[in-house]
Amino acid sequence: MTPNETPQACPAQEQPAGCPVPPASADPAACAPKTSRRDFLKAGGTLSLSSLMGAGALMAQSDDAHAAAEWAEHFQKNYRLMTDKEKDEARLRLEKRYSAEYGKKVTVDTTGPQPGVLMGYALNIRKCIGCRRCVHACVEENNQSRGKRPGEKIEWIQVLRMERGEFSKERMNQGYPEGLGIQVGGNAYTPAGQVLEGQYHYNPETVPEKDANYMPIACMQCEKPPCVKVCPVRTTYREGDGVVVIDYNWCIGCRMCMGACPYWARRFNVANPVLPKEEMNPVTHYLGNRPRMRGVVEKCHWCLQRSRHGRYPACVEVCPVGARKFGNLLDPNSEVSLVLARKNVFRLKAELNTFPKFFYFYD
Amino acid sequence: MKQLTRFAADYVGYVLKGGTKFYAWMGSLAVLMIGMMYVFYLQNTEGLIVTGMTSQIHDGLYFANLVFLVGVAAGAVTIVFPAYVYHHEGMHKVAVLGEMLAITAVIMVMMFVFAHMGRPDRLWHMIPPWGIYSFSSMLGWDVLVLNGYLFLNLVCGFYYLWVKYTGGQVNKKWFMPLVYIAIVWALSIHTVTAFLISTMPARPMWFHSMMPIRFISTAFAAGPALIILIFMIVRNNTKFWVDDSAIKLLATIVTWCLGIALFLTMSEVVVELYARTEHANGLYYLMFGLHGLTNLVPWFWSAVVLMVGAFILFLMPRFRNDMKLLPIPCVMAFAGIWIEKGMGLIVPGFIPTPIGEVTEYYPSFVEWLLTLGIWAFGFFILTILLKGAIGILQGEIKYGAAK
Ligand code: SF4
Ligand code: SF4
Repeated sequence: MTPNETPQACPAQEQPAGCPVPPASADPAACAPKTSRRDFLKAGGTLSLSSLMGAGALMAQSDDAHAAAEWAEHFQKNYRLMTDKEKDEARLRLEKRYSAEYGKKVTVDTTGPQPGVLMGYALNIRKCIGCRRCVHACVEENNQSRGKRPGEKIEWIQVLRMERGEFSKERMNQGYPEGLGIQVGGNAYTPAGQVLEGQYHYNPETVPEKDANYMPIACMQCEKPPCVKVCPVRTTYREGDGVVVIDYNWCIGCRMCMGACPYWARRFNVANPVLPKEEMNPVTHYLGNRPRMRGVVEKCHWCLQRSRHGRYPACVEVCPVGARKFGNLLDPNSEVSLVLARKNVFRLKAELNTFPKFFYFYD
Repeated sequence: MKQLTRFAADYVGYVLKGGTKFYAWMGSLAVLMIGMMYVFYLQNTEGLIVTGMTSQIHDGLYFANLVFLVGVAAGAVTIVFPAYVYHHEGMHKVAVLGEMLAITAVIMVMMFVFAHMGRPDRLWHMIPPWGIYSFSSMLGWDVLVLNGYLFLNLVCGFYYLWVKYTGGQVNKKWFMPLVYIAIVWALSIHTVTAFLISTMPARPMWFHSMMPIRFISTAFAAGPALIILIFMIVRNNTKFWVDDSAIKLLATIVTWCLGIALFLTMSEVVVELYARTEHANGLYYLMFGLHGLTNLVPWFWSAVVLMVGAFILFLMPRFRNDMKLLPIPCVMAFAGIWIEKGMGLIVPGFIPTPIGEVTEYYPSFVEWLLTLGIWAFGFFILTILLKGAIGILQGEIKYGAAK
């Protein structure tokens, strides 16, 4: 594998209706909803409470339209239970609010899972050099908060730096406790290859470092996600293509999911996210990288705004050594399926039966 | 109907009347409550950044108090159970006071839920038909059983008071079954709260099946310890007399539940530290600190001293039988359990994080003030409820009596 392998589009997917061009690659405006505002208002024969408020917000071309849109957001349903029409309204409402807030045309994609696709990820732990380009690309792509105060800076990927350890001859005979001189253990080495004692706050001049190896970690998109089980309002759930998502508008911020996740994949928005206008990525997905609000939980979603349109997640694209592989687990010829078929793979904390769809491998 | 409005009017009228001492007490509580409202507002405009919680340690003082107070609510059963199942005379007289305490504790728990949430404005998402009820979520179950418990205690407590007020007879046909249900229900609220944290393999410190019994034993120590203190205050400040026999029985319950709790703690320490796997890191952090971070170590050891000390004092007849000295071990037991089961249990669950990061948690001023405010609010309603209940039990509020 060469580092510069050109990424191939992941398995054939149907083009989503109403969005002929993969949005991230093209002008975001191209993905604007086709229904005009007037059409949508006319179509509303049976307006629900939420749509009434949304409609009110859209009709009122006044200053408080923004406030009204936000108000309507308070009364919308759980995304999973919305009808297509309600999803459209919610999407329009958000696009309008975001566009005003960030001073550019923002699109909110609502493309659902594509049939025959189960997303999977594989990471070559041998190749990773710990440069953390994936971390930064992720932050830029997914509109994470980048404030200065503690807790305001959010990163979904952590690259854990792990000591290679040290084995020393001098300490060969240092046992503990030494009592009668009968050795019950030893101190001949410092921990090596110890999973989960890693550090992600490392700052060397160059990577890779001689005495370390690296283990990137993020949401594993578990097949049996404990985070979903504990959510009291079902706002975090598994999508049809295997990705575990969060409806940010329905999350009550109880943080049960954060306690339940064995991989520390989830982050809490302790304040209103700090997202400078110029840095905001306007190509968003409703369940993915759209700007979040204070008091809700977020995490990696394998760049739904990209992956549902046949593109690689940002981290896969940016990795300079090609350590990251992504694709359709149901397609035997996808890169990730080939990795699973040919390499030695393992999953992190497999004993917890969460069945991650994120695999580690080495050649 | 007319009776009912009279009841409400008499009740409120009686409760509002009081001496300077009463108004000073209620006034100072009100001041704290105003502070609480301000920081709650702050928390919901600025976000939880004004607290010490982070993505690493995301449950703190609020969650700790929540867990503790569910225990206090369940602890009220230590009065109701002997009163109705063992027909204990002295207890029967004061059973309704236990129910008032349970009502207060559950309301405080609800307030801590509000304080804890990132989006309290969306809590309706949990309530059908507008929201979704998730049967797989322990938090969902917890809210359900807590509200059920609140309802049961409101009905049992106020029905009893109402009967006393009108001078009628308790209708045992439905009252007694309801009391029995409430007794079992009390166990359920604390069991579910234990499951809330003990069902997460991601947090090895909590992931053991001893959690529910530990919760219940500490609850049945801290709850009655608080009740004894309240009874002492009631005895000394009102005309209402709580029998020595009731207090002594409560003291016995505290002693043995405290003993069991200590035994369970000791078992955990031995099992975890003997094997000393990575899973013991949380406990090790709590007891000795980890990677040089030792924030909770003094908390833990003070809790141990308080609890062991209280246990020994309870065993000494001089303290057990002397109503002047009894409050000392009660305060010690209550404080010790508040530390051990609150911060001492919740915070180390997050240290280290599942990926091995060791950070510490410092509750902010906002958190302390909000916590204090909720406790003040709790004492505020408890004072009202107890005063009303005692007035009725004493016959000072009676249908057709006052004009
Ligand atoms: S890694 Fe954590 S957040 Fe991601 S699906 Fe699994 S349990 Fe949920
Ligand atoms: S914080 Fe949000 S997503 Fe997580 S369990 Fe609570 S409501 Fe569900």
